Amino acid sequence: MTDHAYNFAYLDEQTKRMIRRAILKGLAVPGYQVPFASREMPMPYGWGTGGVQVSAAVMTMDDTFKVIDQGADDTTNAVSIRSFFQRTAGVKTTTKTADASVIQTRHRIPEEALTEGQILVYQVPIPEPLRFLEPRESETRKMHSLEEYGLMHVKLYEDIARHGHIATSYAYPVRVEGRYVMDPSPIPKFDNPKLGDMAAIQLFGAGREQRIYALPPYTNVVSLDFEDHPFEASKANHACGMCGAEHSYLDEVIVDDAGGRMFVCSDTDFCESRQQAGHMGKDAA
Amino acid sequence: MTPLLSVDGITKRYGSHIGCADVSFDLYPGEVMGIVGESGSGKSTLLNCMAGHLAPDAGQVVFDTRADGPRDTVTMSEPERRMLSRTDWAFVHQHARDGLRMGVSAGGNVGERLMAVGERNYGDIRDKAVDWLGRVEIAADRVDDRPTTFSGGMQQRLQIARNLVTGPRLVFMDEPTGGLDVSVQARLLDLVRGLVRDMGLSAIIVTHDLAVVRLLADRLMVMKSGHVVETGLTDQVLDDPQHAYSQLLVSSVLQV
Ligand SMILES: Nc1ncnc2c1ncn2[C@@H]1O[C@H](COP(=O)(O)OP(=O)(O)O)[C@@H](O)[C@H]1O
Ligand SMILES: [Mg+2]
Repeated sequence: MTDHAYNFAYLDEQTKRMIRRAILKGLAVPGYQVPFASREMPMPYGWGTGGVQVSAAVMTMDDTFKVIDQGADDTTNAVSIRSFFQRTAGVKTTTKTADASVIQTRHRIPEEALTEGQILVYQVPIPEPLRFLEPRESETRKMHSLEEYGLMHVKLYEDIARHGHIATSYAYPVRVEGRYVMDPSPIPKFDNPKLGDMAAIQLFGAGREQRIYALPPYTNVVSLDFEDHPFEASKANHACGMCGAEHSYLDEVIVDDAGGRMFVCSDTDFCESRQQAGHMGKDAA
Repeated sequence: MTPLLSVDGITKRYGSHIGCADVSFDLYPGEVMGIVGESGSGKSTLLNCMAGHLAPDAGQVVFDTRADGPRDTVTMSEPERRMLSRTDWAFVHQHARDGLRMGVSAGGNVGERLMAVGERNYGDIRDKAVDWLGRVEIAADRVDDRPTTFSGGMQQRLQIARNLVTGPRLVFMDEPTGGLDVSVQARLLDLVRGLVRDMGLSAIIVTHDLAVVRLLADRLMVMKSGHVVETGLTDQVLDDPQHAYSQLLVSSVLQV
């Protein structure tokens, strides 16, 4: 039941309006980091307070809410955010990607293609893709406004010089509509191709850094690379041990005390749905 | 002939204090201008006004751009000015750490300007970086090392390579040999002289060290308290200074 000590979805309406304005601005200028006055939330920053505020601002009574953390619905972080909105908004929750209208995520994009009308909300720890090489905020802001993005390639150059290939495998930088360079949050680069041309609305919230940015549906998103070191959406070269999926992102898990390992889908809803439909991997009991 | 750079009436105040006042001169393609004067005479202020790092209170800095001919860089838009800074202009700082990215490899440092102007082939960028390291006498096998592992002289040479890789036409240098050992200074000056000659560079070199301008500069400007007190061909000014302050400057060096 809803806890009536709070306004719907915890935040007061004034704050939600302020956040919605930032979201609309973000949607109007895809990839641009919009500053917003982040509120204290009753959880630590590392728990996705930016994402929680964005979810709170877009949520209505009719929504069905799903939370994933590294692809799973049952981690402590996912469970606590889900129960937070159950308590403060009384919305329906689900673990089924297709049934959710608002999905808050940390570190993954669901395997199942999202559809028009869905909203994917990312928790973002560090929104500034240039921060790695340029710590001065005044300078990075200027670089964005003047489209001076050479530094982004310096980072990729350093990767290749050190590792022989682009070793950046999370938070892999993208260019949005040929304009803003954006950090897609620490999703695996395997997920990068899903960012572009997505039917759903994608919203990114960084609580500590007080930034919101967005990708409207069907936005052009390109992962940065070099001609002779093209972007690759890599994953472990295995099939899922449980459901046999060959093209899903896999986690390597230790299964027994003897150091036995197996690869399983990181998207638990995707994996379970496949198993229920009769698909079976080589490690399935 | 059109001057490459035409400076007219540049004035910069810090509050009521004068940084530099009413400085005018022309620099022609291929020319090296030396700016000398004691510490605090306004050399760096003037250089930074010309290079777009400081906004002057008055005056023009007209640069002969490739695309549109002579343009006042003081009033042009910031994006245009920043574009010049990473293409046709180079700036060599006294302290290499101000002009290098210390957390990035030597190759990445040299490659940055190439990537900034749109080069997207890793192999080509790396080849050019290695070539430029060679031209400033840094061994190719240091290409993946960070500047923090380099000596002061090597850092300064790396900074020069990083600046020259895009083939700029005008190089600003602020005390490029300051803080280096005398033997290291001599080698660096030799190198700079070779590069200026081979690339047909135009340069403006600020220094308090008359030996530097003796070796590198075609012409000299002597500054005192923010004002230019004497200009002329380098040999003329050094061998037969007219202004009392220039005479003092030259004789004090001769005594050292
Ligand atoms: N940022 C600043 N604020 C105030 N005064 C400054 C500043 N920079 C330089 N000055 C003053 O301007 C004068 C010229 O300084 P500068 O251009 O650095 O001389 P130089 O490079 O010849 O040593 C000096 O009197 C100096 O103290
Ligand atoms: Mg100085």
